[in-house]
Amino acid sequence: MTDIVKEFPGVRALKGVQLKVRPGTVHTLMGENGAGKSTLMKCLIGIHPPTSGKIVFEGKEVHFKNTLEALNSGISMIHQELSPVPERSVCENLWLGRAPRKGLIVDHKKMRQDSIDLFQKLGLDVDPDEKMGNLTVAKMQMVEIAKAVSYDSRIVIMDEPTSSLTDAEVEHLFRIIAELKAKNVAIIYISHKMDEIFRISDDITVYRDGEYIASDRAENLNVDKVIQLMVGREVTEMFPKVDCPIGDTILKVENLSAGRAVKNVSFELHRGEILGMAGLVGAGRTETAEAIFGMRTVTGGKIYKDGKELHIKSPEDAIANKIGLLTEDRRGNGIVGLLSIKDNTVLANLKKYGFPLNHKKMREDTEEYVKKLNTKTPSIDTPIQNLSGGNQQKVLVGRWLLTDPDILIVDEPTRGIDVGAKSEIHSLITKLAGEGKAIIMISSELPEVMGMSDRIVVMHEGIMTAVVDRKDFSSELILKYATSDVPYQPADGKQ
Amino acid sequence: MQKSFDKKKFLSQNSIWLVLIVLVIIMSIAQPSFFSVNNLLTLLSGEAVKGIMAFGVMFAILSKGIDLTIGASAALVAVITASLVQPADYANAILPGLGTLPAPLVFLIGLALGAVIGGIYGAIIAYTKIPPFIATLGAQLICRASAKIYTNRPVSNLSDDFRFLGSYRIGGVFPIIIIVFFVMFAISAFLLTQTRFGKNVYAIGGNDQAARVAGINVEKNLILVYIWCSVCAAIAGMLLAGRSGSADPANTGLNYELDAIAAATVGGTSHTGGICRVSGVLAGILILGVINNGLVMLKVDDNMTNIVKGLIIVGSVVLDMRKNAKRA
Repeated sequence: MTDIVKEFPGVRALKGVQLKVRPGTVHTLMGENGAGKSTLMKCLIGIHPPTSGKIVFEGKEVHFKNTLEALNSGISMIHQELSPVPERSVCENLWLGRAPRKGLIVDHKKMRQDSIDLFQKLGLDVDPDEKMGNLTVAKMQMVEIAKAVSYDSRIVIMDEPTSSLTDAEVEHLFRIIAELKAKNVAIIYISHKMDEIFRISDDITVYRDGEYIASDRAENLNVDKVIQLMVGREVTEMFPKVDCPIGDTILKVENLSAGRAVKNVSFELHRGEILGMAGLVGAGRTETAEAIFGMRTVTGGKIYKDGKELHIKSPEDAIANKIGLLTEDRRGNGIVGLLSIKDNTVLANLKKYGFPLNHKKMREDTEEYVKKLNTKTPSIDTPIQNLSGGNQQKVLVGRWLLTDPDILIVDEPTRGIDVGAKSEIHSLITKLAGEGKAIIMISSELPEVMGMSDRIVVMHEGIMTAVVDRKDFSSELILKYATSDVPYQPADGKQ
Repeated sequence: MQKSFDKKKFLSQNSIWLVLIVLVIIMSIAQPSFFSVNNLLTLLSGEAVKGIMAFGVMFAILSKGIDLTIGASAALVAVITASLVQPADYANAILPGLGTLPAPLVFLIGLALGAVIGGIYGAIIAYTKIPPFIATLGAQLICRASAKIYTNRPVSNLSDDFRFLGSYRIGGVFPIIIIVFFVMFAISAFLLTQTRFGKNVYAIGGNDQAARVAGINVEKNLILVYIWCSVCAAIAGMLLAGRSGSADPANTGLNYELDAIAAATVGGTSHTGGICRVSGVLAGILILGVINNGLVMLKVDDNMTNIVKGLIIVGSVVLDMRKNAKRA
C-alpha cells in the first residue's frame, strides 16, 4: 500500500501512508489511538475506499469497493468487536451467505462436514452445532479465523485479537498464527501489548497522527524505540493550561470496582484541579466515569464527595449531587438528535423551569449558552442533528454548565471535532477549573491530556497503574504505565 | 428571506391540515349534505371516543412504544363503572341492591381503575424492558377477559347522571361529548408542551440513553406514559357506555386501539419515537373521521372504506418518513 490518503469530511485521517507486508510473516501495526491503523485497514478491505493512493496485492493493483470483494480476493479481517449471529449455530455463522446447496436447498450435511474438516485442520475444539452466542470470545475469534482460512485468505488482519483473551487462549491463538504463517499467509496484527508484539512479530510499522513513521524488522527494534517512534513529538503549548490554586479534596474514590471493567480504582480529586485519565482502548476509564455517575453498577468500593459517602444509583442521583458527565458517545447517549438546540440544552435541568414550564426562561438560558460557548447555529430551534460535531459538543457542554456542577467529568471531549472548536473547549475546561470546579478529563490523545491536566491517572485493563504529577509528565512514562500490568502502589512518604 | 423560510416550514408542518381541508371540500362537493352543521356534529361526536384514545396512545408512540390495551381496558372500566350506576330495583342489575352511586364518584373510580391498569403494565414495560407491543397485547387479552368474567351480559339501564357526558346535548343540539374531546385535546397539548413530563417523553422517544444520562428517570416516565394512556382509555370507556346507554364486555371498545393508533400515526406521530404534534394528531383524527362519515354518506361499501383508510395510513407514514429523512 503506497501513498494512501483518506479524507473524511473535515478530517484528513491518513496523510499518504504506506505499508508493505511480506507473505508468511506477522506484521504489526503500532501507534497511539487515532494514529490511523484501523483506518488504514478499513481502506485495505474496502470499508472506506481510500481517497487516493495505490493498493497492490500479489502484483496487481486492486480497488476493493466492499469487504466482500476483499474477502473473495483473499483478504479478511477479524475485528476487535466480533459481530456473529448469536442465535445461529457455529456452522451457519461460518458459512453465512455462502452455504453449500443442493439445488435450492441448503446442504446441511456438507456444511457440517466442511466445518469439522476445517476445525480439524486448524486444531480447533469447537462444536459446529453449538449456538454462536454460547461460545467464549476466544472461541468466537477462532471461528472467525477459521472463516478467514475457509476463504483461502492470503492476508488475515487481526485488530486487537487478544484484548479479551486469557493467557491460555492467547497461547492457542499464537499457535494458530504460527500455522497460518507456515501456510505462507500474511498476518497484519494490531495490538498495544508490547510483550506479545515482540514475541510474534516479524516486521513492525509505526504510525502517528495519520502519518507513516517507520518500518523495520522486529529484531532491530525494542520497546523503548517503538514508544519513542509512537510518541515522537514534543508536547507543544497549544493547550492554554493556566495554573490555578488547587483547593480541598472534593471527590474521593476508594477501591471502586464495576464488574470486570473497573478493578479497585482509588483517587482523589480537588477543587480547581483537572485530573486527566489516560490509557489505551479498553483501559476502563469510561467505565470508571460511568460508575461514578451511576450509569454502571458499582460492585465494590466507596465514593465520597466533600467527605460524605455518596450512594449514586442513577444519573439522576449524580446530577442531584452536582456531578456532570459529558459522555464519550455523543450520538449514542449525548444528544437527542430530533430535538432542538433549546430542548437539548435544558434537558438535564428541566426541574428549574417549574410548572408549567417557563419557555421564556428556557429560551433565555439557551441563548446565553449559545453565545457564551460561541455555538454556531441558525437558531436555537434547529434540530441538534443538523449541527456539526463540534457545535453539538458545545450544546452538550452548555447542558452540563446549566446544571452548575461541582464536578464535571468529560470523556473524550474533543474527539471528532475540528481544531477550532477543540481549542475553545480546552479553554473552557481550564476556565471552569479556574472557577473552582473539579474536572476529570478522559482523553486518548496524550498531548491533550498532558497539556491540560494537573495530574494524570493511568489505567490499563481496568486497573489503575499510576498517578503521575504534572512535573513528571512524559509520553514515554505514561505509555509505559498504559501497557503495564502492575497496579499502582500509593507512595507512602518515601517517594 | 427569514419570512419565506418560516412560511415554508409552517406549510410543511401543517400540510396535514391542508389534506383535511381538501378532503372536506371533496366530500362537500360529492355530497352537499356532508357540510351541514348536523352532520359535522355527528362526525365529531362519533370520533370523540377514539380521538381521546388517540391522545393517550400518542404518548406511548412518542416514547417509542405502543399501547394495544386501550380498547379492552376501556371495556373493563366501562362494565365496572356501569354496574355501579344501575337502579337498585332493576331486576337485571349486575350488583343487585347496590343502587345508583353518584356519577362524579363513579367517574373517579373509573379514572383510578384506569390508572391502576396502566400503572401495572407500564411498570412491567419499564422494568422488564419487554417490548411494549407484547406487554400491551397480553394486557389486552387479560383486560378483555376480565371484563367478560365480571359480567357475561351487557350492563344497561344506566343513570342519567352517568350518561350525561356521553349523551347530553346542549339545547338538544350540541353534544357535550365534543366539549369533553376538546378538553382532552387541551390537556394533552398542555402535558406535551408545558410540562417536564412532556419534554421527558420526547427525549426518551428520541434517545432513551441520552435521556437517562441527562438525569431523566426513564422508568418512572414510561410508567406515567402508560398510566396516561390507560386513563384516556378509561374516560373513553365511560363515555362510550354513556353514549350508547350500556357497556358490553365483549364489544365495547373492540378494535378501538387500532383506530386510535391509526389516527395518531396519520397525525404524524413517528413510531421510531421522538416526533409528535398534538395538532397533527387532531388533524389525523378528523381525517379518518371525514373518511368514515363521508364515505358512509356516499353509500360507499364498508370494505371499500377500509381500503381507503388503509391506504391513507400507509401513505401518510411514507410521506412523513420522507419528510423527516430530508430534515435529518
